[in-house]
Amino acid sequence: MSILEVSSLGKSFGVTEVLKDISFSLEKGESLAIIGSSGSGKTTLLRCLNHLETPDRGSIRVNGETIFDASSDAGVSGTEMRRRRLHFGLVFQSFNLFPQYTAFQNVVLASELLARERPDYKARRKAILDEIHENGRRLLDSVGLSAKADSYPHQLSGGQQQRVAIARALALNPDILCFDEPTSALDPELTGEVLNVIRSLAARSTTMIIVTHEMQFARQVADNVLFMDRGVVVEYGRPADVIDNPKQERTRRFLENYFNA
Amino acid sequence: MLDIIRVLISGFGENLRIFALTLLMAIPLGLIITFGSMTRFRPVRWLTRVFVWVIRGTPLMLQLFVVLYAPGLLFGMPMRNRMMATLVAFVINYAAYFSEIYRGGIESIPRGQYEAGAVLGMTRPQIFFRIVLLQVIKRITPSMGNEVITLVKDTALSRVIGVAEIIMVAERYTKQGLIGPLFSTGLYFLLFNGLLTLLLGWIERRMDYFRA
Repeated sequence: MSILEVSSLGKSFGVTEVLKDISFSLEKGESLAIIGSSGSGKTTLLRCLNHLETPDRGSIRVNGETIFDASSDAGVSGTEMRRRRLHFGLVFQSFNLFPQYTAFQNVVLASELLARERPDYKARRKAILDEIHENGRRLLDSVGLSAKADSYPHQLSGGQQQRVAIARALALNPDILCFDEPTSALDPELTGEVLNVIRSLAARSTTMIIVTHEMQFARQVADNVLFMDRGVVVEYGRPADVIDNPKQERTRRFLENYFNA
Repeated sequence: MLDIIRVLISGFGENLRIFALTLLMAIPLGLIITFGSMTRFRPVRWLTRVFVWVIRGTPLMLQLFVVLYAPGLLFGMPMRNRMMATLVAFVINYAAYFSEIYRGGIESIPRGQYEAGAVLGMTRPQIFFRIVLLQVIKRITPSMGNEVITLVKDTALSRVIGVAEIIMVAERYTKQGLIGPLFSTGLYFLLFNGLLTLLLGWIERRMDYFRA
Protein backbone atom coordinates (compact mmCIF):
# COMPACT_ATOMS: atom_id res chain seq x y z
CA MET A 1 0.00 0.00 0.00
CA SER A 2 1.26 3.45 -0.88
CA ILE A 3 1.83 5.85 2.00
CA LEU A 4 0.15 8.63 0.02
CA GLU A 5 -2.52 8.42 -2.64
CA VAL A 6 -3.78 11.60 -4.23
CA SER A 7 -6.80 11.13 -6.49
CA SER A 8 -8.29 13.59 -8.95
CA LEU A 9 -7.43 16.63 -6.87
CA GLY A 10 -8.85 19.88 -8.20
CA LYS A 11 -8.65 23.44 -6.92
CA SER A 12 -9.84 26.74 -8.34
CA PHE A 13 -9.33 30.28 -7.15
CA GLY A 14 -12.29 32.17 -8.56
CA VAL A 15 -12.35 31.35 -12.26
CA THR A 16 -8.71 30.22 -12.36
CA GLU A 17 -8.40 26.47 -12.21
CA VAL A 18 -5.03 25.97 -10.53
CA LEU A 19 -5.18 22.19 -10.11
CA LYS A 20 -7.02 19.99 -12.59
CA ASP A 21 -7.40 16.37 -11.79
CA ILE A 22 -4.07 15.67 -10.07
CA SER A 23 -3.40 12.02 -9.21
CA PHE A 24 -0.23 10.38 -8.01
CA SER A 25 1.00 8.12 -5.28
CA LEU A 26 4.07 7.92 -3.08
CA GLU A 27 5.73 4.94 -1.43
CA LYS A 28 7.15 4.95 2.07
CA GLY A 29 10.76 6.12 2.03
CA GLU A 30 10.44 7.58 -1.43
CA SER A 31 11.39 11.13 -2.33
CA LEU A 32 9.42 12.77 -5.06
CA ALA A 33 10.52 15.97 -6.79
CA ILE A 34 7.83 18.14 -8.32
CA ILE A 35 9.09 20.42 -11.06
CA GLY A 36 7.40 22.91 -13.33
CA SER A 37 7.32 26.59 -14.13
CA SER A 38 5.84 29.09 -11.70
CA GLY A 39 2.09 29.13 -11.84
CA SER A 40 1.93 25.44 -12.70
CA GLY A 41 0.19 24.63 -9.40
CA LYS A 42 3.08 22.96 -7.55
CA THR A 43 2.83 25.11 -4.46
CA THR A 44 -0.96 24.92 -4.40
CA LEU A 45 -0.67 21.14 -4.48
CA LEU A 46 1.61 21.13 -1.41
CA ARG A 47 -0.69 23.58 0.35
CA CYS A 48 -3.65 21.29 -0.31
CA LEU A 49 -1.78 18.32 1.16
CA ASN A 50 -1.06 20.39 4.28
CA HIS A 51 -4.66 21.62 4.59
CA LEU A 52 -3.62 25.22 4.01
CA GLU A 53 -5.98 25.19 1.04
CA THR A 54 -9.12 23.13 0.72
CA PRO A 55 -9.34 21.30 -2.60
CA ASP A 56 -12.63 21.54 -4.48
CA ARG A 57 -12.48 18.02 -5.82
CA GLY A 58 -10.71 14.74 -5.19
CA SER A 59 -9.31 12.91 -2.21
CA ILE A 60 -6.11 12.39 -0.25
CA ARG A 61 -5.29 9.11 1.50
CA VAL A 62 -2.41 8.51 3.90
CA ASN A 63 -1.61 4.93 4.93
CA GLY A 64 -4.99 3.92 3.58
CA GLU A 65 -6.83 6.42 5.77
CA THR A 66 -8.80 9.05 3.89
CA ILE A 67 -7.64 12.35 5.31
CA PHE A 68 -9.43 14.48 2.79
CA ASP A 69 -12.38 13.86 0.54
CA ALA A 70 -13.99 16.82 -1.19
CA SER A 71 -17.33 15.02 -1.42
CA SER A 72 -17.71 14.35 2.30
CA ASP A 73 -15.40 16.61 4.26
CA ALA A 74 -17.68 19.50 5.14
CA GLY A 75 -18.08 18.93 8.85
CA VAL A 76 -14.63 17.94 10.07
CA SER A 77 -13.86 19.31 13.52
CA GLY A 78 -10.87 21.51 14.24
CA THR A 79 -9.23 18.84 16.39
CA GLU A 80 -9.66 16.20 13.72
CA MET A 81 -8.30 18.64 11.12
CA ARG A 82 -5.20 19.22 13.25
CA ARG A 83 -4.67 15.50 13.72
CA ARG A 84 -4.91 14.90 9.98
CA ARG A 85 -2.59 17.69 8.98
CA LEU A 86 0.10 16.25 11.26
CA HIS A 87 0.59 13.43 8.75
CA PHE A 88 2.41 16.10 6.78
CA GLY A 89 5.25 18.45 7.60
CA LEU A 90 5.93 21.54 5.52
CA VAL A 91 9.11 23.51 5.01
CA PHE A 92 8.30 26.91 3.54
CA GLN A 93 10.18 28.86 0.91
CA SER A 94 10.41 31.80 3.33
CA PHE A 95 11.30 29.67 6.42
CA ASN A 96 8.64 31.31 8.62
CA LEU A 97 10.55 30.73 11.83
CA PHE A 98 9.00 32.33 14.90
CA PRO A 99 11.22 35.38 15.50
CA GLN A 100 10.75 35.64 19.28
CA TYR A 101 11.90 32.08 19.90
CA THR A 102 15.43 30.66 19.72
CA ALA A 103 16.32 28.00 17.18
CA PHE A 104 15.83 25.36 19.87
CA GLN A 105 12.49 26.78 21.02
CA ASN A 106 11.30 26.91 17.41
CA VAL A 107 12.00 23.20 17.11
CA VAL A 108 10.33 22.08 20.34
CA LEU A 109 7.41 24.54 20.74
CA ALA A 110 4.80 22.60 18.79
CA SER A 111 5.75 19.31 20.47
CA GLU A 112 5.43 20.91 23.89
CA LEU A 113 1.98 22.26 23.07
CA LEU A 114 0.81 18.97 21.63
CA ALA A 115 2.14 17.05 24.65
CA ARG A 116 -0.29 18.94 26.90
CA GLU A 117 -3.13 17.11 25.21
CA ARG A 118 -1.72 13.75 26.26
CA PRO A 119 -3.72 12.08 29.02
CA ASP A 120 -0.58 11.26 31.03
CA TYR A 121 0.84 14.80 30.70
CA LYS A 122 0.23 15.88 34.28
CA ALA A 123 1.65 12.72 35.77
CA ARG A 124 4.72 12.47 33.55
CA ARG A 125 5.29 16.13 32.68
CA LYS A 126 9.01 16.17 33.45
CA ALA A 127 9.79 12.96 31.57
CA ILE A 128 7.73 13.99 28.54
CA LEU A 129 9.40 17.40 28.31
CA ASP A 130 12.87 15.90 28.77
CA GLU A 131 12.15 13.56 25.90
CA ILE A 132 10.93 16.42 23.69
CA HIS A 133 14.00 18.52 24.50
CA GLU A 134 16.33 15.61 23.88
CA ASN A 135 14.67 15.08 20.52
CA GLY A 136 14.99 18.80 19.74
CA ARG A 137 18.71 18.78 20.50
CA ARG A 138 19.19 15.67 18.39
CA LEU A 139 17.35 17.28 15.45
CA LEU A 140 19.36 20.50 15.64
CA ASP A 141 22.47 18.36 15.71
CA SER A 142 21.29 16.45 12.65
CA VAL A 143 21.05 19.70 10.65
CA GLY A 144 24.44 20.77 11.97
CA LEU A 145 23.21 23.59 14.21
CA SER A 146 23.86 22.41 17.77
CA ALA A 147 26.02 25.48 18.28
CA LYS A 148 23.16 27.80 17.26
CA ALA A 149 20.50 26.34 19.55
CA ASP A 150 20.22 29.56 21.54
CA SER A 151 20.39 31.95 18.59
CA TYR A 152 17.34 33.87 17.47
CA PRO A 153 16.30 33.63 13.80
CA HIS A 154 17.58 37.11 12.94
CA GLN A 155 21.04 36.07 14.15
CA LEU A 156 21.14 33.20 11.65
CA SER A 157 21.87 33.19 7.92
CA GLY A 158 19.09 32.23 5.54
CA GLY A 159 20.58 28.78 5.09
CA GLN A 160 20.78 28.25 8.85
CA GLN A 161 17.20 29.47 9.28
CA GLN A 162 15.99 27.01 6.68
CA ARG A 163 17.88 24.17 8.41
CA VAL A 164 16.17 25.10 11.68
CA ALA A 165 12.86 25.09 9.83
CA ILE A 166 13.61 21.57 8.58
CA ALA A 167 14.41 20.40 12.13
CA ARG A 168 11.18 22.05 13.31
CA ALA A 169 9.14 20.20 10.68
CA LEU A 170 10.83 16.90 11.61
CA ALA A 171 10.11 17.36 15.31
CA LEU A 172 6.52 16.19 14.93
CA ASN A 173 7.69 13.14 13.04
CA PRO A 174 5.42 13.57 10.00
CA ASP A 175 4.75 10.65 7.67
CA ILE A 176 5.52 12.84 4.69
CA LEU A 177 7.76 15.90 4.73
CA CYS A 178 7.01 18.53 2.10
CA PHE A 179 9.40 21.20 0.86
CA ASP A 180 8.09 24.23 -0.98
CA GLU A 181 11.03 25.55 -3.01
CA PRO A 182 13.27 25.35 0.06
CA THR A 183 16.20 27.16 -1.53
CA SER A 184 14.44 29.76 -3.67
CA ALA A 185 14.74 32.51 -1.05
CA LEU A 186 18.43 31.84 -0.45
CA ASP A 187 21.56 33.43 -1.83
CA PRO A 188 23.20 30.95 -4.23
CA GLU A 189 26.13 30.28 -1.89
CA LEU A 190 23.72 29.18 0.87
CA THR A 191 21.65 26.70 -1.12
CA GLY A 192 24.25 23.94 -0.78
CA GLU A 193 23.98 23.54 2.99
CA VAL A 194 20.19 23.20 2.79
CA LEU A 195 20.32 20.77 -0.12
CA ASN A 196 22.86 18.68 1.78
CA VAL A 197 20.49 18.38 4.71
CA ILE A 198 17.70 17.25 2.38
CA ARG A 199 20.13 14.83 0.73
CA SER A 200 20.96 13.27 4.08
CA LEU A 201 17.25 12.92 4.82
CA ALA A 202 16.79 11.12 1.53
CA ALA A 203 19.71 8.86 2.39
CA ARG A 204 17.86 7.90 5.58
CA SER A 205 14.74 7.12 3.52
CA THR A 206 12.64 10.01 4.76
CA THR A 207 9.43 10.15 2.75
CA MET A 208 9.51 13.52 1.02
CA ILE A 209 7.84 15.66 -1.60
CA ILE A 210 10.14 18.40 -2.82
CA VAL A 211 8.91 21.24 -4.99
CA THR A 212 12.10 22.58 -6.51
CA HIS A 213 13.72 24.52 -9.30
CA GLU A 214 17.06 22.80 -8.66
CA MET A 215 17.04 20.35 -11.52
CA GLN A 216 20.45 18.79 -10.80
CA PHE A 217 19.45 18.28 -7.22
CA ALA A 218 16.16 16.66 -8.22
CA ARG A 219 18.03 14.33 -10.52
CA GLN A 220 20.44 13.24 -7.76
CA VAL A 221 18.06 12.96 -4.85
CA ALA A 222 14.59 12.15 -6.09
CA ASP A 223 13.40 8.61 -6.67
CA ASN A 224 10.69 9.98 -8.94
CA VAL A 225 10.01 13.26 -10.67
CA LEU A 226 6.65 14.73 -11.45
CA PHE A 227 6.42 17.51 -14.01
CA MET A 228 3.41 19.77 -13.67
CA ASP A 229 2.15 22.34 -16.12
CA ARG A 230 -1.01 24.46 -15.84
CA GLY A 231 -2.49 22.33 -13.13
CA VAL A 232 -2.00 18.89 -14.64
CA VAL A 233 0.59 16.15 -14.28
CA VAL A 234 2.30 16.13 -17.65
CA GLU A 235 4.97 13.55 -16.99
CA TYR A 236 5.94 11.27 -14.13
CA GLY A 237 8.77 8.79 -13.73
CA ARG A 238 12.40 8.20 -12.83
CA PRO A 239 14.59 11.32 -12.97
CA ALA A 240 16.68 9.70 -15.69
CA ASP A 241 13.55 9.43 -17.83
CA VAL A 242 11.73 12.66 -17.02
CA ILE A 243 14.69 15.01 -16.82
CA ASP A 244 17.10 13.42 -19.25
CA ASN A 245 14.72 11.83 -21.76
CA PRO A 246 11.36 13.58 -21.50
CA LYS A 247 8.66 12.05 -23.63
CA GLN A 248 6.27 14.95 -23.59
CA GLU A 249 6.77 18.03 -25.73
CA ARG A 250 5.81 20.33 -22.82
CA THR A 251 8.40 18.77 -20.51
CA ARG A 252 11.04 19.08 -23.21
CA ARG A 253 10.29 22.77 -23.71
CA PHE A 254 10.36 23.47 -19.98
CA LEU A 255 13.72 21.74 -19.53
CA GLU A 256 15.20 23.42 -22.58
CA ASN A 257 14.23 26.80 -21.21
CA TYR A 258 15.59 25.82 -17.83
CA PHE A 259 18.98 24.56 -18.97
CA ASN A 260 19.46 27.35 -21.52
CA ALA A 261 18.62 30.11 -19.08
CA MET B 1 3.59 78.90 47.98
CA LEU B 2 3.53 75.43 49.52
CA ASP B 3 -0.25 75.65 49.68
CA ILE B 4 -0.38 76.39 45.98
CA ILE B 5 1.83 73.41 45.20
CA ARG B 6 -0.37 71.19 47.36
CA VAL B 7 -3.45 72.33 45.46
CA LEU B 8 -1.77 71.79 42.12
CA ILE B 9 -0.61 68.32 43.12
CA SER B 10 -4.09 67.32 44.19
CA GLY B 11 -5.37 68.68 40.86
CA PHE B 12 -2.79 66.65 39.00
CA GLY B 13 -3.96 63.66 41.01
CA GLU B 14 -7.23 63.93 39.10
CA ASN B 15 -5.35 63.97 35.81
CA LEU B 16 -3.38 60.88 36.85
CA ARG B 17 -6.55 59.12 37.97
CA ILE B 18 -8.17 59.69 34.59
CA PHE B 19 -4.95 58.60 32.89
CA ALA B 20 -4.50 55.37 34.82
CA LEU B 21 -8.13 54.24 34.76
CA THR B 22 -8.50 55.07 31.08
CA LEU B 23 -5.45 52.99 30.18
CA LEU B 24 -6.53 50.12 32.39
CA MET B 25 -9.90 49.86 30.70
CA ALA B 26 -9.19 51.08 27.15
CA ILE B 27 -6.35 48.62 26.52
CA PRO B 28 -8.55 45.49 26.83
CA LEU B 29 -11.66 47.18 25.41
CA GLY B 30 -9.62 48.17 22.35
CA LEU B 31 -8.82 44.50 21.73
CA ILE B 32 -12.50 43.61 21.78
CA ILE B 33 -13.20 46.40 19.28
CA THR B 34 -10.35 45.08 17.12
CA PHE B 35 -11.91 41.63 17.01
CA GLY B 36 -15.20 43.30 16.06
CA SER B 37 -13.59 45.22 13.24
CA MET B 38 -11.82 42.11 11.93
CA THR B 39 -14.57 39.53 12.24
CA ARG B 40 -15.75 37.68 9.16
CA PHE B 41 -19.35 38.46 10.20
CA ARG B 42 -20.03 41.54 8.08
CA PRO B 43 -22.76 43.36 10.03
CA VAL B 44 -20.60 43.37 13.17
CA ARG B 45 -17.56 44.42 11.20
CA TRP B 46 -19.30 47.36 9.55
CA LEU B 47 -21.01 48.45 12.73
CA THR B 48 -17.69 48.41 14.56
CA ARG B 49 -15.95 50.34 11.82
CA VAL B 50 -18.68 53.00 11.73
CA PHE B 51 -18.40 53.29 15.51
CA VAL B 52 -14.63 53.75 15.32
CA TRP B 53 -15.08 56.30 12.53
CA VAL B 54 -17.51 58.36 14.61
CA ILE B 55 -15.36 58.25 17.74
CA ARG B 56 -12.17 59.13 15.92
CA GLY B 57 -13.87 61.65 13.69
CA THR B 58 -15.39 63.86 16.38
CA PRO B 59 -13.69 65.93 19.09
CA LEU B 60 -13.10 64.29 22.45
CA MET B 61 -14.35 67.53 24.00
CA LEU B 62 -17.71 67.06 22.30
CA GLN B 63 -17.82 63.44 23.42
CA LEU B 64 -17.33 64.58 27.01
CA PHE B 65 -20.39 66.83 26.75
CA VAL B 66 -22.44 64.10 25.12
CA VAL B 67 -21.63 61.59 27.84
CA LEU B 68 -22.41 64.13 30.55
CA TYR B 69 -25.69 65.46 29.15
CA ALA B 70 -27.16 62.81 26.87
CA PRO B 71 -28.31 60.35 29.58
CA GLY B 72 -30.28 63.10 31.32
CA LEU B 73 -31.75 64.62 28.16
CA LEU B 74 -32.57 61.35 26.42
CA PHE B 75 -33.40 58.95 29.23
CA GLY B 76 -34.15 61.21 32.17
CA MET B 77 -31.17 59.77 34.04
CA PRO B 78 -28.80 62.70 34.46
CA MET B 79 -25.14 61.84 34.89
CA ARG B 80 -24.20 63.42 38.20
CA ASN B 81 -20.71 62.03 38.58
CA ARG B 82 -18.41 64.14 36.40
CA MET B 83 -15.44 61.87 36.91
CA MET B 84 -17.55 58.93 35.77
CA ALA B 85 -18.65 60.82 32.65
CA THR B 86 -15.03 61.72 31.94
CA LEU B 87 -13.90 58.11 32.25
CA VAL B 88 -16.67 56.80 30.02
CA ALA B 89 -15.79 59.29 27.28
CA PHE B 90 -12.04 58.75 27.61
CA VAL B 91 -12.22 54.97 27.69
CA ILE B 92 -14.44 54.81 24.59
CA ASN B 93 -12.34 57.36 22.76
CA TYR B 94 -9.01 55.75 23.53
CA ALA B 95 -10.26 52.20 23.00
CA ALA B 96 -11.27 53.24 19.48
CA TYR B 97 -7.78 54.59 18.77
CA PHE B 98 -6.10 51.58 20.35
CA SER B 99 -8.27 49.20 18.33
CA GLU B 100 -6.99 50.69 15.09
CA ILE B 101 -3.40 50.41 16.27
CA TYR B 102 -3.99 46.78 17.26
CA ARG B 103 -5.63 46.05 13.93
CA GLY B 104 -2.73 47.54 12.01
CA GLY B 105 -0.33 45.48 14.12
CA ILE B 106 -2.21 42.23 13.69
CA GLU B 107 -2.64 42.74 9.95
CA SER B 108 1.08 43.45 9.56
CA ILE B 109 2.09 39.97 10.78
CA PRO B 110 2.97 37.86 7.72
CA ARG B 111 0.50 35.12 6.85
CA GLY B 112 3.41 32.67 6.95
CA GLN B 113 3.53 32.93 10.75
CA TYR B 114 -0.07 31.69 11.02
CA GLU B 115 0.54 29.01 8.41
CA ALA B 116 3.72 27.79 10.11
CA GLY B 117 1.78 27.43 13.36
CA ALA B 118 -1.10 25.69 11.61
CA VAL B 119 1.02 23.06 9.86
CA LEU B 120 2.64 22.34 13.23
CA GLY B 121 -0.78 21.41 14.60
CA MET B 122 -1.32 24.48 16.75
CA THR B 123 -4.81 25.68 17.54
CA ARG B 124 -5.92 29.17 16.56
CA PRO B 125 -5.67 30.48 20.14
CA GLN B 126 -2.18 28.95 20.45
CA ILE B 127 -1.12 30.65 17.23
CA PHE B 128 -2.48 34.00 18.45
CA PHE B 129 -1.13 33.92 21.98
CA ARG B 130 2.12 31.97 21.44
CA ILE B 131 3.26 33.35 18.12
CA VAL B 132 1.44 36.43 16.91
CA LEU B 133 0.74 38.44 20.07
CA LEU B 134 4.29 39.26 21.15
CA GLN B 135 5.21 40.25 17.60
CA VAL B 136 2.18 42.54 17.50
CA ILE B 137 3.10 44.07 20.86
CA LYS B 138 6.61 44.76 19.64
CA ARG B 139 5.35 46.40 16.46
CA ILE B 140 2.72 48.59 18.09
CA THR B 141 4.70 49.76 21.13
CA PRO B 142 5.96 52.96 19.45
CA SER B 143 2.46 54.00 18.29
CA MET B 144 0.94 53.05 21.62
CA GLY B 145 3.60 55.16 23.32
CA ASN B 146 2.47 58.16 21.29
CA GLU B 147 -1.15 57.64 22.27
CA VAL B 148 -0.28 57.18 25.92
CA ILE B 149 1.62 60.46 26.00
CA THR B 150 -1.23 62.22 24.22
CA LEU B 151 -3.60 60.78 26.82
CA VAL B 152 -1.64 62.40 29.65
CA LYS B 153 -2.21 65.79 28.06
CA ASP B 154 -5.81 65.06 27.03
CA THR B 155 -6.78 64.54 30.66
CA ALA B 156 -6.81 68.34 30.95
CA LEU B 157 -9.88 68.35 28.71
CA SER B 158 -11.95 66.96 31.57
CA ARG B 159 -12.24 70.50 32.94
CA VAL B 160 -14.83 71.33 30.25
CA ILE B 161 -17.33 69.23 32.18
CA GLY B 162 -16.10 70.48 35.52
CA VAL B 163 -13.51 68.02 36.76
CA ALA B 164 -11.08 69.87 39.05
CA GLU B 165 -7.96 68.88 37.18
CA ILE B 166 -4.68 70.72 37.48
CA ILE B 167 -5.11 73.46 34.85
CA MET B 168 -8.59 74.27 36.14
CA VAL B 169 -7.41 74.69 39.72
CA ALA B 170 -4.35 76.63 38.63
CA GLU B 171 -6.38 79.05 36.57
CA ARG B 172 -8.25 80.17 39.68
CA TYR B 173 -5.06 81.84 40.91
CA THR B 174 -5.09 84.23 37.96
CA LYS B 175 -8.04 85.97 39.63
CA GLN B 176 -5.64 86.81 42.47
CA GLY B 177 -3.19 88.17 39.90
CA LEU B 178 -1.00 85.05 40.06
CA ILE B 179 0.02 83.65 36.65
CA GLY B 180 2.89 81.50 37.96
CA PRO B 181 0.75 78.54 39.11
CA LEU B 182 -0.98 78.29 35.73
CA PHE B 183 2.27 78.29 33.80
CA SER B 184 3.90 75.86 36.23
CA THR B 185 1.31 73.16 35.43
CA GLY B 186 3.32 72.47 32.29
CA LEU B 187 6.11 71.16 34.48
CA TYR B 188 3.86 68.48 35.99
CA PHE B 189 2.93 67.21 32.54
CA LEU B 190 6.53 67.40 31.37
CA LEU B 191 7.85 65.51 34.36
CA PHE B 192 5.26 62.76 34.13
CA ASN B 193 5.69 62.37 30.39
CA GLY B 194 9.44 62.23 30.93
CA LEU B 195 8.97 59.27 33.25
CA LEU B 196 6.61 57.61 30.79
CA THR B 197 9.11 58.08 27.97
CA LEU B 198 11.75 56.32 30.04
CA LEU B 199 9.34 53.49 30.83
CA LEU B 200 8.33 53.11 27.18
CA GLY B 201 11.98 53.06 26.15
CA TRP B 202 12.62 50.33 28.69
CA ILE B 203 9.70 48.27 27.35
CA GLU B 204 10.98 48.64 23.79
CA ARG B 205 14.47 47.58 24.84
CA ARG B 206 13.03 44.53 26.61
CA MET B 207 11.82 43.35 23.18
CA ASP B 208 15.04 44.16 21.37
CA TYR B 209 16.17 40.56 21.52
CA PHE B 210 14.16 39.63 18.46
CA ARG B 211 13.19 41.18 15.14
CA ALA B 212 9.62 41.23 13.99
